[in-house]
Amino acid sequence: MFNNFFHKMASPKYFYRIAGLLIPWLAAGFATLTLAGLYYGLVKAPPDYQQGDSYRIMFIHVPAAWMSMFIYMVMATAGAIGLIWRIKLAEVMAISSAGVGASFTFLALVTGSIWGKPMWGTWWVWDARLTSELILLFLYLGVIALYNAIDDKRTAARAVAILALVGVVNIPIIHYSVEWWNTLHQGPTVTKFDKPSIHLSMLIPLLLMAFAFKLYYAFVVLMRARCEVLVRERNTGWVRELAETK
Amino acid sequence: MNLNEFFHMGGYAFYVWTSYGIALVVLLVNAILPLRQRKKLLADIARAARRARRNTT
Repeated sequence: MFNNFFHKMASPKYFYRIAGLLIPWLAAGFATLTLAGLYYGLVKAPPDYQQGDSYRIMFIHVPAAWMSMFIYMVMATAGAIGLIWRIKLAEVMAISSAGVGASFTFLALVTGSIWGKPMWGTWWVWDARLTSELILLFLYLGVIALYNAIDDKRTAARAVAILALVGVVNIPIIHYSVEWWNTLHQGPTVTKFDKPSIHLSMLIPLLLMAFAFKLYYAFVVLMRARCEVLVRERNTGWVRELAETK
Repeated sequence: MNLNEFFHMGGYAFYVWTSYGIALVVLLVNAILPLRQRKKLLADIARAARRARRNTT
């Protein structure tokens, strides 16, 4: 029965339908968690004793940075699955992730810069954390450009998967950069083996926003994947039928 | 806390609200683009199918 389920899910037609059913629920979950996160983050949480109210940028910056790495790993994993088992849907998920991943990377960089100006006194430093995150943005943009440059989508997906897999080496560098090198950037406060050194009143909105962004990625990547499926399957009967009944 | 204080953000209003504003724009654009793309794709595919049928009959 399980096998049957995966077989069905890997069929583009079935995927298109199920994704269409899931998207509104995921989007509603995102909206709810975001509203709660904004309320606890902007209204309920007290100002920081060192950074005042400027630290509230963290509720966007940190979840966006987490997502930038999480989505990259999803993209590389999906790419590898597509490469090894030639599963079309894995290729679709990999390329559909690139745009959302690039957006979160851009957000992490820009909000970090805006936070850095009042706290560090500068918009940008060429340290390991910021530079490796910038390289991550270029990796995403490279994946998108490479995919668009190759006409045959299956060949393009294979090329993109290899590029994405090579770029995985950057992910641990981003994560450990603040420990390996001296930097203005602060160390991790949540993802460490010790107890998180962040107060609960700030941890709650941070986690709410982190889950909200996960749901956001889920529904946007499914919307993009549906478009990608339509493009790739445009000459099949079910897509034509679907288009004509709309 | 009153509303003025809330928008003032302890003097960091510019930095905080710019960050949240940019986040809002980026997230909105990412959600709207595939919505519009799907509509356009379906319309294109339907048009192509009609044209193909006309040419064969």
